[in-house]
Amino acid sequence: MAMRPALLLPEIVLFLGALAALLGGSFLPRTRQWVTRVVAAAALVLAAAMAAVALAGPTAVAMEGSFTVDPTTGVARLVATLGALVVLALAADEIDGSPRESETYALLLLSTTGTLVLAGADDLLVVAVGFLLTSVPLYGLIGISGTAVAAEAAMKTYLLGALFGILLLAGVTLLYGVSGTTSYVGLADPLAAAPRAVVAAGVVGVLGGLLFKAGGVPAHFWVPDAAQGAGGAVAAFLTTVPKIGAVVAAYRLVGALPDTLAWPLLVGVLAVASMTVGNLAAYAQTDPRRLLGWSTVSQVGYLLVPVAVAGRSDLALPSLLLYLAGYTVTNLAAFAVTTAFPRRRELSAYRGVGRRFPWLAAALVVALLGLVGTPPTAVFVGKLTTTAAAWDAGDAWLAVLVLLNTLASLFYYLRWIAPLYARPTAEHPEDGDPPAPWSRWTAVATAGLSVLLGLGAGVLWAVFSA
Amino acid sequence: MLSLIIVLPLLAAVALVAVPRLGDGAARWVWVVVTAVDLALVAALWLAYEPPGPGRLAFEEQVPWIPGVDSSYHVGVDGLSLPLMAMTTVVFLACAVFALRDEDRPRTRAALFLFLQSVSLGLFAAADLILFFLFFDLSIVGMYFVIAGWGHGDRGRSALKFFLYTFLGSLALLAGFIGLYVAAEPHTFDMVELARQTPLDGSPTAGGLVLAAILLGLAVKTPTVPFHTWLPPAHTDAPAVGSAVLAGVLLKMGTYGFVRIAMPMLPEAWRAWAWVVVVVGVVSVVYGALVALAQTDLKRMIAYTSVNHMGYVVLAVGAAGIVAEGSEQARSVAVTGAVTQMVSHGIVTAALFLMAGVVWDRAGTYDLGSFGGLAGTAPRLATLFAVGAFASLGLPGLSGFIAEFQIFAGSIAVAPVTAVALVGILITAALFLRALQRLFTGPTRGASRGFGDLRAAELWAVAPLLGLSLLIGVLPRPLLGVVEPAAEVVVQLVGR
Repeated sequence: MAMRPALLLPEIVLFLGALAALLGGSFLPRTRQWVTRVVAAAALVLAAAMAAVALAGPTAVAMEGSFTVDPTTGVARLVATLGALVVLALAADEIDGSPRESETYALLLLSTTGTLVLAGADDLLVVAVGFLLTSVPLYGLIGISGTAVAAEAAMKTYLLGALFGILLLAGVTLLYGVSGTTSYVGLADPLAAAPRAVVAAGVVGVLGGLLFKAGGVPAHFWVPDAAQGAGGAVAAFLTTVPKIGAVVAAYRLVGALPDTLAWPLLVGVLAVASMTVGNLAAYAQTDPRRLLGWSTVSQVGYLLVPVAVAGRSDLALPSLLLYLAGYTVTNLAAFAVTTAFPRRRELSAYRGVGRRFPWLAAALVVALLGLVGTPPTAVFVGKLTTTAAAWDAGDAWLAVLVLLNTLASLFYYLRWIAPLYARPTAEHPEDGDPPAPWSRWTAVATAGLSVLLGLGAGVLWAVFSA
Repeated sequence: MLSLIIVLPLLAAVALVAVPRLGDGAARWVWVVVTAVDLALVAALWLAYEPPGPGRLAFEEQVPWIPGVDSSYHVGVDGLSLPLMAMTTVVFLACAVFALRDEDRPRTRAALFLFLQSVSLGLFAAADLILFFLFFDLSIVGMYFVIAGWGHGDRGRSALKFFLYTFLGSLALLAGFIGLYVAAEPHTFDMVELARQTPLDGSPTAGGLVLAAILLGLAVKTPTVPFHTWLPPAHTDAPAVGSAVLAGVLLKMGTYGFVRIAMPMLPEAWRAWAWVVVVVGVVSVVYGALVALAQTDLKRMIAYTSVNHMGYVVLAVGAAGIVAEGSEQARSVAVTGAVTQMVSHGIVTAALFLMAGVVWDRAGTYDLGSFGGLAGTAPRLATLFAVGAFASLGLPGLSGFIAEFQIFAGSIAVAPVTAVALVGILITAALFLRALQRLFTGPTRGASRGFGDLRAAELWAVAPLLGLSLLIGVLPRPLLGVVEPAAEVVVQLVGR
């Protein structure tokens, strides 16, 4: 047991990158703030490279056993840093030369660091640290554009975050109180002997905090508001990157729990609640980003399915990581289309886009059908394997509910696809504003990647199940 | 070779999308040439084909895809899939020729249909459940865009209904596939392996549920009563070539699933539920025919005859599950008839829908009452439509007869009560004769005035399809020689 800080190099690099962006930004004139974007991107690339190197290496623990560097952490690191890199590309269109540019990049990097900490956490206190490090920058990010809706969204997120943060800390306290340890390694035995009500309350508290971060029911209320009110790049970030850490952390947490609790049922019910609530609420949305916000709530439900069957099926972990990677790429592609057309804030405003910008429209179709789970995209493979994992673990009901929810989700995604290829009308003339360049090509690239990841799922699977 | 046949249209589609400088005229001809080459390749495959024997496939190719769940790109053909692949390429070639004159975004449409062709061929060649599901789902996506993009009338709504309904079917199918996967030991999605293992034999409840899920998925796609309600609006609002592909090729994905997946992999459950399948088939036959009889809209009428014709197939595969001593021969005849019916219905209905498209193109309506005496102004259309109608109602000498005769010969021998479905043939005959009469005979009136006859492209699209039906009707041996061994294998597998 030792500190071994070298194992935490990706996190350290991101943190230093955030500081460099923040300090550098205050010395640069407004017109040259893009330099901080380059710094942030360099930090992310470096962190991703280090994560890849660590992924090839053996499993190790750092910080005296409270942080694990295993393939799961490695994959989460890679997905989160590369996802954040994509977000930077979207920001290049949106906030280039804006007053809070460098601060935005610094906060993005800090929040990403928090996600990585969550993903590797093998200790309840580290989970708490990761939670705060992810959340606090997020409050600032949501409100940073300064508009009224952004302020409201930031306030809502903050209040919910404070509530669930306290729940999480209270849960950690309870679990520590009955077990005498916060480390996952020694948690199961003392918890099995402890009063079940106390353990249950503690676990619910910690899970609640993680659900807030993931944006799952019942801690999801901030997600649609934030997705709608925050800037496009921030919306893409907050619906994607924090989930990675939160869901992996939830997977590790349930892996450390004793069998005396019916936690698989609890997580399974939460998963079904998330997918159902997200799908039903998305039906009536007309703002594309708010629609995507609700869609991410439902996606968290699917992501929780492998968590619910953790340890009971060999497919659980690789399917979770596969789904996370696929979801990240696909969701970012959908958001990239919205940042390519920042002024189209109604689904009907996408009328005729398919004729004028065929590649962008095709990217959106691939992304949305991907989110439904149409083969051969990566989310399909993720959904297939998570569903198979649920069935394999004996929870056929969970598998059936996943499929039923998938059917329900198709309807609202199609509501966005349908106008794309409709004939332009007087109200929505064909020309409109041209798409923002960075977002445009990011959308096409990530949509293409979501298909490639699906086709290459066999290779990924080999890495993920190592 | 097999992969080339599957991928070639897709490559052409990508090329058409990626090279916008290619003009519309060139795009149309690229479509025709690529489908023709694909047809030639399938013909070569047919000539080189030898029956592979029970539990095996010819021209097999296998590349791992997701080894973690034992899913692979595994393709191969046998006597069930080869005729359907041939039929698919023929129908798509006819559509390409038919669309030579069409002006509405021909480049995109050619790309979309080439994509659909790859998907359809891939489905029939698939020997892995996930690969099958992939093509099954993509066929829905492709057809959604065909209807929504090139249809007429209330196309957005029809396309949405089509997508939602058939997607429900595909998810039910997926649930069944996962059930098979989980039950198999070791877990696998490989069709050949699953047919060998029959993992759910001996567990009637689980087997019944998995079969129910798979049957639901296939019944929606086929479609059978009561899951057919998406079909009439989809057909009515789809463009002519879209309807031809939808009815000719996509519906077969459902019926093909019965003989490829449900029967070999769940034989015990299939035998247990065979009577349900038979009843659904008989109801589809009679109900489809009766509703078709009541239509005044030409295209809806043809659409409902599809429900009727697919009912024969369902009836036959159901009868094949009613196992009795010494009935193997009869059941094998029924399955042969079912596969022949898939091929026959594919080419004949495609021809009928293309001709319905001609009617819409000239008159802007499908209303049978608006026409009369069309034989005077459009003799070529009248002749070909009459041939198509006779082929569809099962006149001897045409492919429909070969198919339906075998279906009934086999089914009635196994279960005499299925003879009630014969009334379907009678009604179909009545409705086609009535349609012929209303459209083509009598004095020229209404929309028939100034009606332009078939143009060269339309003629060259429709006539070969009907010629092929005639050829199968007169010389069925080459087709039956391929189908029969495979049908015997299926019957053996169900009888295990």
